Amino acid sequence: MFKPFVRTAAAVLAAAVLSAPASARDLVINYDDLNAAPKEAFETAVEAFKAANPDINVIVNNTDREAHKTAIRNFLSADAPDVTSWYPGNRMAPFVDAGQFEDISDLWESEGWADAMASTMPSMTRDGKQWGVPYTYYQWGIYYRSDIFAENNITPPTTWDELLAASAALKEAGVTPFTIGTKFLWTAAGVFDYLNLRTNGFDVHNDLTAGKIKYTDPRIVQVFENWKQLVEPGYFIENHATMSWQDALAPFINGEAAMYVMGNFAVAPMRDGGLTDDQIDYIPFPTINPDVARAEEAPTDAFFIPANAKNKEDAREFLKFVVQPDVQTEWNKTLGQLPINKNATPGDDKFIQKGFETVSTASALAQFYDRDAPAEMAKAGMEGFQEFMIKPERMMSILERLDKIQERVYK
Amino acid sequence: MNTAVQSGDAQQSWYQRNRFAITPWLFLAPAIFFFTLYVIAPIFQSIWISFFEWDGLGEKKWVGMGNYVELMDDDRFYTSLKNNIWWLVLYMLAVPVGLAIALFLNQTVTGIRIYKSLFFFPFVISQVVVGLIFTWFYNPDFGIVGIVWEFFGAKPPAILADENLVTFGIIFAGLWPQIAYCMILYLTGLNNVSPDQIEAARLDNAKGFGMLWHVILPQLRPATFIAVVVTVIGALRSFDMIAIMTGGGPYGSSNVLAYFMFETSLSEYGFRMGYGSAIATVLFLIMLVYISYFLWRMYQDEKGA
Repeated sequence: MFKPFVRTAAAVLAAAVLSAPASARDLVINYDDLNAAPKEAFETAVEAFKAANPDINVIVNNTDREAHKTAIRNFLSADAPDVTSWYPGNRMAPFVDAGQFEDISDLWESEGWADAMASTMPSMTRDGKQWGVPYTYYQWGIYYRSDIFAENNITPPTTWDELLAASAALKEAGVTPFTIGTKFLWTAAGVFDYLNLRTNGFDVHNDLTAGKIKYTDPRIVQVFENWKQLVEPGYFIENHATMSWQDALAPFINGEAAMYVMGNFAVAPMRDGGLTDDQIDYIPFPTINPDVARAEEAPTDAFFIPANAKNKEDAREFLKFVVQPDVQTEWNKTLGQLPINKNATPGDDKFIQKGFETVSTASALAQFYDRDAPAEMAKAGMEGFQEFMIKPERMMSILERLDKIQERVYK
Repeated sequence: MNTAVQSGDAQQSWYQRNRFAITPWLFLAPAIFFFTLYVIAPIFQSIWISFFEWDGLGEKKWVGMGNYVELMDDDRFYTSLKNNIWWLVLYMLAVPVGLAIALFLNQTVTGIRIYKSLFFFPFVISQVVVGLIFTWFYNPDFGIVGIVWEFFGAKPPAILADENLVTFGIIFAGLWPQIAYCMILYLTGLNNVSPDQIEAARLDNAKGFGMLWHVILPQLRPATFIAVVVTVIGALRSFDMIAIMTGGGPYGSSNVLAYFMFETSLSEYGFRMGYGSAIATVLFLIMLVYISYFLWRMYQDEKGA
């Protein structure tokens, strides 16, 4: 614990002393995760990169994820780093369109990434070019307390009816079926996405987020009708609007709630909270309409080179380094997520194994409602989801409002 | 040089002749320059941007009054406006409550300074901290509100998740530091109340509420004036509390214009600079009504004095 601190302190000091005449081989990386596991994974990779390239002086700025989302607009134009983390899909669109990200299609071409990272390539592509490299993705699904399920003789549900039956049984036993914290809205979008993917499939998800389907479309109304079957009997914990996703872990950890529709990043804090792997397990979201091909959510995180970067050459070296199979294996093992390079080995953790299984056999991968839909629509939509979860009787008025906003956003 | 001075007014330089007119402006110049650059110019810039559709990065697109037309048809705008009015009305409670506490503390007892500091304390801590503390208070699971409710056998309300209660919950939290602010304004005001007049009033048999209303309060008018002004402005720019406690939620029901503006133009899902500027302009016009009224009154008072 102490040694790395001294080293970082020394590095900071050295950076401060040396930064006045910026040497030609400074490589500034802005990263956006201070949570324990992602931070460690990132720092380990950076250390390895330094060891492999001793003549490059790597300077890391790691900030909180939410702060990074706002700061990136400033630093891209005002004080661009050489590499920054960001998200693919619609989230990178404004920066790509404004010419703030560097086109790295040549790297994808020369390094053969189109083959090694075929699953994530579509989301990194805009206008037929590639703008960054992914470094991790992760599965979503239902994380559940297997010990509570066993106590009440409930088998993990694989169909919608089984899910409703399991929820009813849990409620009966005094356990709230689902925990969720919707204060920051996106968690509700995860539930919506899965209900939509299972009710209507991937194409409807895409058409909806692309503005081609109205929210009052009978297919989307059906999604909300299904959702109502969970909301109206009180299968989600109360007061979810006051809680963040981390706050919502508490009822899960102390056994007041038994299921959580979440991404795999929730496993680490569950273990930190004292749960063992015998108590938690993972299932893909149950089937609703058996005729719909199974699609999954697998949000991807990526690295980009800002167009204003000073040291683009070394930045490209870093991107190449990040996607190497061995680096990917190591990074995602620490992170507890899935490597994007198909030549890397997924970790032997059971959640990674199951996630890898789920994602690699899916018919299609969605990013996430708020990454696939334009920002303004995403915000309004997610507020609508949250309102629906509190006042399900307002369903139609919410959907009509979303139609009105959709009409304006996609004009 | 010497001869020039001796030869009288006609020979003085232009500056020397006009120095009484010019010197004040020279002293004011730096302030005027920076005030114009950083306050006045951005106001007009912001009004100008409100006529465009702009994401802050790409090309600006002229939409004329489009943003304002959209605003008139936006439910979120009316929710924010309504909440802003609640803020204005209820925040005013800080003035009488502040006065009451100031009167209570305006006595000489051992350790009164400590009590005064303790009452002033909420104003010193950051609004963000106040917001965070109250968020915990209001938590129905482990907050003090939940504990009190459960003590009486009732089911605690989730104040910050209820669209009807949330604004009042935040205003209540905001009142805590604002009352302290008004209190300190009145405490300094009370120091300047002339003892002669109180003495005279006593001889005329004035006491209690009559004394307060007819003798003390008129002398506190400057303090009242400032207290009302800062409270109005505080209510209109109530932002940090909302950002910390709810982020405008649940589903936008605790939004106010200032936060709505921030959310539209600068938050994760925003970056509609034109629309945000339109909200800013409306907020500016509302503030302008108050500010010009108070400036006008101040001017009238000065003239009268």
